[in-house]
Amino acid sequence: MIAAASSDDGGFHGPSIDDFFPPALLFPGTPFELNRVMLIRLLVVVLLILICWLATRRMKIVPGRGQAAFEAVFMFARKNIIYDTLGEERGRKYEPIIITMFFLILSMNLTGTIPGLQIATTALIGLPIVLALISWVTFIYAGMREKGFRFWKDSVMPSGVPGWLLVFIVPLEFLSTFIVRPVTLTLRLTMNMIAGHMLLVLCFTATQFFFFTVLASGNLLGLLGFGSFAFGIAFTVLELFIAALQAYVFAVLTAIYIQLAVAEEH
Amino acid sequence: MNIVGQLAPLAFGLAVIGSGIGVGYVIGKTIESVARQPELQGRLQSLMFIGIALTEALCFIAIAVAFIPFPKP
Repeated sequence: MIAAASSDDGGFHGPSIDDFFPPALLFPGTPFELNRVMLIRLLVVVLLILICWLATRRMKIVPGRGQAAFEAVFMFARKNIIYDTLGEERGRKYEPIIITMFFLILSMNLTGTIPGLQIATTALIGLPIVLALISWVTFIYAGMREKGFRFWKDSVMPSGVPGWLLVFIVPLEFLSTFIVRPVTLTLRLTMNMIAGHMLLVLCFTATQFFFFTVLASGNLLGLLGFGSFAFGIAFTVLELFIAALQAYVFAVLTAIYIQLAVAEEH
Repeated sequence: MNIVGQLAPLAFGLAVIGSGIGVGYVIGKTIESVARQPELQGRLQSLMFIGIALTEALCFIAIAVAFIPFPKP
């Protein structure tokens, strides 16, 4: 990708949005068009299933090394994301969907920094939209199941608001609860991943340009390549952190939305 | 001199000033409260994330503005 982004005519070519739309590999022109990004997504899903299957194949009371590592990550996610927001009793009910979301987003984000793959598959808006819709449906379902029709009333009418203000409050609350929430979930994940990819590609294409074009032609300004390379490495570490953080934030927000949907007004 | 380009990134930069200050304020206040009452950390953290989500929504709206097809003058 780095070689492709800086072409042969000597000028510098920064990253562009076309990075996210590579040419199709299989079935071009059909709805099942398979390009590089889709291939990475399938690979990640297969790997995730494989890891979960291998780590939980023979569960023991005294865990082996693999099971212990898997359990540590799993327990961390469960404690910090679900039990701290939803509480233990209610948390158990919504645990499967939130944990699945967390691990799926985490692994899909991490492909952005793995050499050879190097594109975060959540950077294309399709996957975040689907995940945000799942989270949207989940919190509406949770509210409907625990409070019935009262859920709709509670979510658009905060208690203690004087009657004449309701004219303004109800549309605003409706907008912020049912429209802004899924939209921001989607955009937060997508935009973070796009920006991260752009930063990394910019740093490494600049390094290549400085070393192989500027320095090779005898211009000492090419030594700036060391700086851009160092920034590239630093941003790679930052991207690893952001990948974990975005997965965490997405899962926590889903848990919080469920909690807000089922909470009793005081 | 003619300058050709997009104004949308500039608008996003301006919008981010506000929500950046807002997110920083929310996180800073949460840290302060956790320092005062460490036992409330879990509850405060979820409140913090609600606050961040609401504040950040504004800068995501700013991103989305670039894609709204306004009529050309």
